[in-house]
Amino acid sequence: MAISKVVMPKLSEAMESGKIIKWLKREGDRVQGGDILAEVETDKADVEMEAFGAGVLRKILVPAGEKAPVGTLIAVIAEPADDISALLASAPTAVAAEAGAAGSASARNDTRSAPPAAPIPAAAPAAAPPRPTVVSPPAPTTPAVSVAVPAATGRVKASPLAKKIAAQSGVDLRLLQGSGPGGRIIRRDVEAASQRGPGPMPAVGVPAVEGPEYEDRPLTQIRAAIARQMPLSKAPVPHFYVTSEVAMDRAWALREELHALEGQPKISVNDLVVRACALTLLRHPGVNASFQGASIRVYHRAHIGIAVALEDGLITPVLRDCQAKSLAQIAVEARDLAERARTRKLRVSEISGATFSISNLGMFDVAEFSAIINPPEGAILAVGSVRRVPVVEDAGLGVGRRMMLTLSCDHRVMDGAMGARFLQDLKRLLEEPLRLLV
Amino acid sequence: MAVTTYREALNQALREEMRRDPRVFLIGEEVGLYDGAYKVTQGLLKEFGPKRVVDTPICESGFTGVGIGAAMVGLRPVVEMMTFNFSLVAIDQIVNTAAKLHYMSGGQFSVPMVIRGPGGPASQLAAQHSQSMETYFYHVPGLKVVRPTTPADAKGLLKSAIRDDNPVIFIEAETLYNVKGEVPDDPDFLIPLGQAIVRREGTDVTVIAYMGMMYRALEAAEELAKEGISVELVDPRTLRPMDTETIIGSVRKTHRAVVVEAGAGFAGMGSEIASSITEQAFDDLDAPVERVTGANAPMPYAKNLEKLKTPTKERILAAIRRVCNANGG
Repeated sequence: MAISKVVMPKLSEAMESGKIIKWLKREGDRVQGGDILAEVETDKADVEMEAFGAGVLRKILVPAGEKAPVGTLIAVIAEPADDISALLASAPTAVAAEAGAAGSASARNDTRSAPPAAPIPAAAPAAAPPRPTVVSPPAPTTPAVSVAVPAATGRVKASPLAKKIAAQSGVDLRLLQGSGPGGRIIRRDVEAASQRGPGPMPAVGVPAVEGPEYEDRPLTQIRAAIARQMPLSKAPVPHFYVTSEVAMDRAWALREELHALEGQPKISVNDLVVRACALTLLRHPGVNASFQGASIRVYHRAHIGIAVALEDGLITPVLRDCQAKSLAQIAVEARDLAERARTRKLRVSEISGATFSISNLGMFDVAEFSAIINPPEGAILAVGSVRRVPVVEDAGLGVGRRMMLTLSCDHRVMDGAMGARFLQDLKRLLEEPLRLLV
Repeated sequence: MAVTTYREALNQALREEMRRDPRVFLIGEEVGLYDGAYKVTQGLLKEFGPKRVVDTPICESGFTGVGIGAAMVGLRPVVEMMTFNFSLVAIDQIVNTAAKLHYMSGGQFSVPMVIRGPGGPASQLAAQHSQSMETYFYHVPGLKVVRPTTPADAKGLLKSAIRDDNPVIFIEAETLYNVKGEVPDDPDFLIPLGQAIVRREGTDVTVIAYMGMMYRALEAAEELAKEGISVELVDPRTLRPMDTETIIGSVRKTHRAVVVEAGAGFAGMGSEIASSITEQAFDDLDAPVERVTGANAPMPYAKNLEKLKTPTKERILAAIRRVCNANGG
């Protein structure tokens, strides 16, 4: 069994270091892949860190309560017979001093600056920036944090073919352990991973999604010009806003009917909006897009971030592949995400990778508002409350339920008409809500 | 279709082309009265007479030059190198005249000439007579280079070479002259230059090899089949122009490649093929392309060392297993 390095995972784009809240395994404990090793506190959430490789937790290098920069070696998993002295010697000096138990002093001195002699199935953690070229989403069904391969730090070593197949099949290479020379991920590793499919996480069946995760469309000349000009007026993301009023009478009635059904989860207005957005985003991929400098990344799946207010801030857990989820599934998962967001028990894969976001202040009796786009997403929808208002009906005045939607759009990605058409279709879905059920 | 030797297949090609086209003639050392140092030209003096089968003094630069001049004025000479190692004393004629004349004369002259003879490692011919001479020629714009592995290829490719309007370097092998195989009798049987062939179909790895190395790779492939590794063998047959399409097509199928060549590896055919694969099929590769090449040393005379100079079956097996990650990585 190879030696597995446990490094401080990068749990968000902004994360530079993390604090070990506590170790759930002790030195000498035998661990299996998927076991929770420790709890890590980041700026965003408290996250459980899972073991990837199996073996014995031989050494803990960063004790509970201490912080460590992303990518730092914080523990070593290996078999009792494996010599980990070289690895420990290559760790930061304060740590190397403790390595005496495993290796002789002279060996330690000799190997301090040398690369680890033991086979390590991963590139050494480097100061290199996270590699953004892996296009697959972190599958929510696989361990949230790989410890065998430094998560999102250093380079993932994979054969070109393995990368291609991974991109096609949506396998996250960062979560794999390569079986090729020097730990290189090769075709059979990716194929095995994609056949393994859903892992230990609670998985509500999502139909397999065919095709690539996204495509990069070259900028047209006019788009390039807009992309150059707009930030000059409102840096860094040039916002514009499109607002529409939606008649929610039928949606409201549908929701009441659904609530009357036994054994069905409660459906909120927000769940209806999420479902409607997912369907509309598929029809308007230009809105489900992100500005990439020289190109626009158009997503073919709707990973929707749902803003959840916390006492001291805001977090946006991501509901993945909404386009493939039923209303009931969305309701159950969204509630679960929101609850865990409030108790700060979200996993890494659940707070990143949104392609579009929704911010709903309806519960605060807000009529309408404009949200700020969460880069690199291209748009965010601000949802107001459903209000009973006087409305003009065929022959006179009546009382109707109305909701204001405001879409904030990145002008580098889209124009007013595109946003308006999106809103128009969204409005139609909500006003003819049976469409949300089929 | 009859079973015949590689030597006899070459003889048939020469005879058929000389019968078909009176402009074709042979020139070289011992090609006439002695029937060829390796008996490839056996019986041709008797059939075609001394005007078309010309014995020369021991002077490669001289008779190569005669061949070039004859080709310039409309004949179709087939120049024999007793062994291709001797072409080194004619290399200025070949590289600076034969290869460039069409270009430098603005197309006024062509050099429809074949230079043929055995080359490559043989059996205790030592440092000066065992060289993989193709490496000296396939670098040169204006030359075509052929290395036929089987009797049928020897015949079909030599006939195409004689009919080609460009200078063609056609390198046979001492070790293959007695190899037998089925060879078509049809006087119009031709194998186009620049066309590779898949000699053995497989799914796990593409091995590219020619001449003696192809036979060695074939043995390795049979052995690996027992281990469950399915090897596809591609023989380029013509090294220049190279049929990369067939090679790339095979690699796209198997996702792995090993190139075997008898000559020393530095800037060799293996490097050329490996770089084509990397350029054209990078995203299809599951492992780096491996080369198995001759050692970077002159060919030793001692039999045991000679065996180690060229790629052994064991080295070919090891390389294939490595790219297939078949030894536990």
